[in-house]
Amino acid sequence: MAELIGQREFPADDRVLADVLEYITGSFEEAGCPPRALMQLEVSAEEIFVNIAHYGYPEGTDGKAKITLSLAEGPAAVVEFADRGVAFDPLAKPDADITLSAEERRIGGLGILMVKKAMDNVSYRREDGMNILTLEKRFA
Amino acid sequence: MTITKQQDGSNLTVLLGGRLDTSTAPQLDAELKGSLGGVKNLVLDMKDLAYLSSAGLRVILAAQKTMNRQGKMVVRHVNETIMEIFDVTGFIDILTIE
Repeated sequence: MAELIGQREFPADDRVLADVLEYITGSFEEAGCPPRALMQLEVSAEEIFVNIAHYGYPEGTDGKAKITLSLAEGPAAVVEFADRGVAFDPLAKPDADITLSAEERRIGGLGILMVKKAMDNVSYRREDGMNILTLEKRFA
Repeated sequence: MTITKQQDGSNLTVLLGGRLDTSTAPQLDAELKGSLGGVKNLVLDMKDLAYLSSAGLRVILAAQKTMNRQGKMVVRHVNETIMEIFDVTGFIDILTIE
């Protein structure tokens, strides 16, 4: 069973990004998560939160993102992002082609690829009008 | 983040420190756009860079594209964590890392 360690609601606005990342890394650092896994959680959380802030809600509306932190067996750090923005599954798109040259390369999709590689599990579900994206990172 | 430039003729070294993320990437983007005119050799020194997200990768890719047209770009002193980000994103094959 996962043990809840915190839950907080943030405005879906990239101006609070530093607060969001500090909340997540601070909480898991206290829970014993080592620096390398913390950094991977941080990079991944930035991608997900910025996506919600930039694309989740129509411009000019005050959207929110609720972040729930828990510890699962493993142990594993679990971060859940819930928002009431437009339905969007970031995992549905094909992965960015990382074999292309700089000239051919477009940056879209790289962020989510980083998330998939850095995390042990990433899942998405649409539930009660909410996008729920969950990141899971095991640590020893 | 901190951005320190050292220019010697057409050689430009940019020392990056701190966090290159969604909040700070526009700062580096503007700094590079304003400095790359006439530069033939660009060095990005990442010795003091602690954190890099995809917003930062976007700026690094733009600099690489510019330098492909007018000269050469080298990335130096990449730490283990940032190397891993270059690795999973395939940037390791695009950049010249010393």
